[in-house]
Amino acid sequence: MTDSPGIAEMIQVTGLAKTFKTKRGTVEAVRGLDLSVRAGEIVGFLGPNGAGKTTTLRMLTTLLEPSGGTAVVAGADLLREPTEVRKRIGYVAQTGGTDGACTVAEELITQAELYRLGAAEARQRCAALLKQLDLSGLEDRYVKTLSGGQKRRLDIALGLVHAPGLVFLDEPTTGLDPQSRANLWTHVRRLRDELNTTVFLTTHYLDEADALCDRILIIDFGRIVAEGTPEELKHRISGDLVTIELPGDRDGETALSALKNVEGVRDATLSGKTLRVIVDAGGQQLMGIMRALDAAGVPIASIQLARPTLDDVFLTLTGRSLRDDSPGSGAPPQPGGAAGDSAGAANLDASDPAAESAADETAAPSDVTGSSR
Amino acid sequence: MSLASTLRDTRLIFRRQLRLSLRNPAWLIIGVIQPILYLALFGPLVKHFVSAPGASSDQAWRIFVPGLLVQLGLFGSLFVGFAIIAEWRAGVIERMRVTPVSRFALLFGRVLRDMIALLVQSTILVLTGLIMGLRAPVGGVLFALAFIAVLAISMSSLSYAVGLALKSEDSLAPLLNSVAVPVLLLSGILLPITRQSAPSWLYYLSRINPFRYIVDAMREVFLGTYADLTVLWGTLISLGLAVVCIMLGVRRFQIDSA
Repeated sequence: MTDSPGIAEMIQVTGLAKTFKTKRGTVEAVRGLDLSVRAGEIVGFLGPNGAGKTTTLRMLTTLLEPSGGTAVVAGADLLREPTEVRKRIGYVAQTGGTDGACTVAEELITQAELYRLGAAEARQRCAALLKQLDLSGLEDRYVKTLSGGQKRRLDIALGLVHAPGLVFLDEPTTGLDPQSRANLWTHVRRLRDELNTTVFLTTHYLDEADALCDRILIIDFGRIVAEGTPEELKHRISGDLVTIELPGDRDGETALSALKNVEGVRDATLSGKTLRVIVDAGGQQLMGIMRALDAAGVPIASIQLARPTLDDVFLTLTGRSLRDDSPGSGAPPQPGGAAGDSAGAANLDASDPAAESAADETAAPSDVTGSSR
Repeated sequence: MSLASTLRDTRLIFRRQLRLSLRNPAWLIIGVIQPILYLALFGPLVKHFVSAPGASSDQAWRIFVPGLLVQLGLFGSLFVGFAIIAEWRAGVIERMRVTPVSRFALLFGRVLRDMIALLVQSTILVLTGLIMGLRAPVGGVLFALAFIAVLAISMSSLSYAVGLALKSEDSLAPLLNSVAVPVLLLSGILLPITRQSAPSWLYYLSRINPFRYIVDAMREVFLGTYADLTVLWGTLISLGLAVVCIMLGVRRFQIDSA
């Protein structure tokens, strides 16, 4: 029953736009979006609140009529065959969509019947999903008695009841405790790894996008401002951060001027005894930095290489931080980078996808999708 | 969208809504108690006011009970929009709209549930009326219940449409109250508005109120007259109202945004 097995492009969007009319005039929530998602990908749609994430998702799931553009979703034309799109996709909204006065099994079976499954098949799918999402034993519980994590898994189970080839998850882990989040990530990964389901999710947790997604699309002001694997984005935009502690504060200026000429160093700042150096690819530049400092006669107390986080990427691209509780490490790499956001986005596509060696700390699948756009 | 799958979807939504209602019957009970209170506490006074020359007291009941039925239908059904706002907020509407389920079924499954609930309440009201002294032909009562069923379909469709459009209880409550109360009064529910009893401006104002024709027709069938112009007008207006309201409701389930 897994739908549309032969579709290579799960989502193909051209010039998608949505304009809302409000009392204060028209608001362009989404402005000419182009994107494509291949079968079997987990793609993260990242952006601050109000960037147009949910509007885009609601258009792609037939809930909202686009003001312009075209889209083919799971092999069906969004505008001409919305019912066909609905049959082939699953959608889990930010708010979920369960009634607290229903039991878990009632909700699952109702949902299966909404997708026109027969009674026996609906019961069968219900049992399978309870098992798949670790909800076994909860079938007769009222939804209002479930924990946050259980309820969220039920929401996801509802979106999977007809075994769609493509699932949209809107902020799947918002409001969950860290343990439930990690647990949910496992389930999302299994969706793809075991069932080859394509997952398109929005999030404003950078660590979530980093941990879960093969590819990330960053949206701001209704436009895609960057696109790539988490590693590519971090690498191309922010560079790596090398932090050098000096034994005393005498040599600071000497060290700075020595570093300015090292190849691959983009920027260096000094505060007290600490040097912060932004480099193209840290793993390769460390030797050059140490040699240069040695040649200038500057002793080193410690040297440390940190990968930039997606927070840094986001800040560079949009001039805004996504949220304050993301696990940021290191300072924003480019002071004044806020002004150059669109330029940064343009550079992203032009720069060469060098230094795969830097992509050592995240899982490999990103390499596969990262090479072609 | 085939007819069979639309019917199947409607049954599915109806079943779910009915199950949820039966799980929390408090509102149903409240809905029944209110008209009974009117019947018991206000009814005994009516016969002194409505006494046309030579009219018997059971004729007063035949005028009063249809009015109460319409009031029950109007208020009982118009306020279902609050439930749809709660459902919308919980994401239930959106979750269902993203499935291939028929949009008509999303509306009509709910509307049918409301209609059944209202028919139960109306039957209780009529039975209570019988105990208190109402005498009306069985055919007439059934005819009146059919009017109530159609009225329930109209008013709950309308309420769902408005509720989904406003998406805020705080806006829905004043809107419904400010519309329902004048409509109720101008339909002559408590006391008939006739050329003799009312000043002419009030009379003509009531003539442009569609509910007035429904109330008049229901009173007529309670008296045992089924085939006259009053009943015809009442029937046409009831059906016309239902068609318009269903269309508004279905449209809302199709295009709901924000």
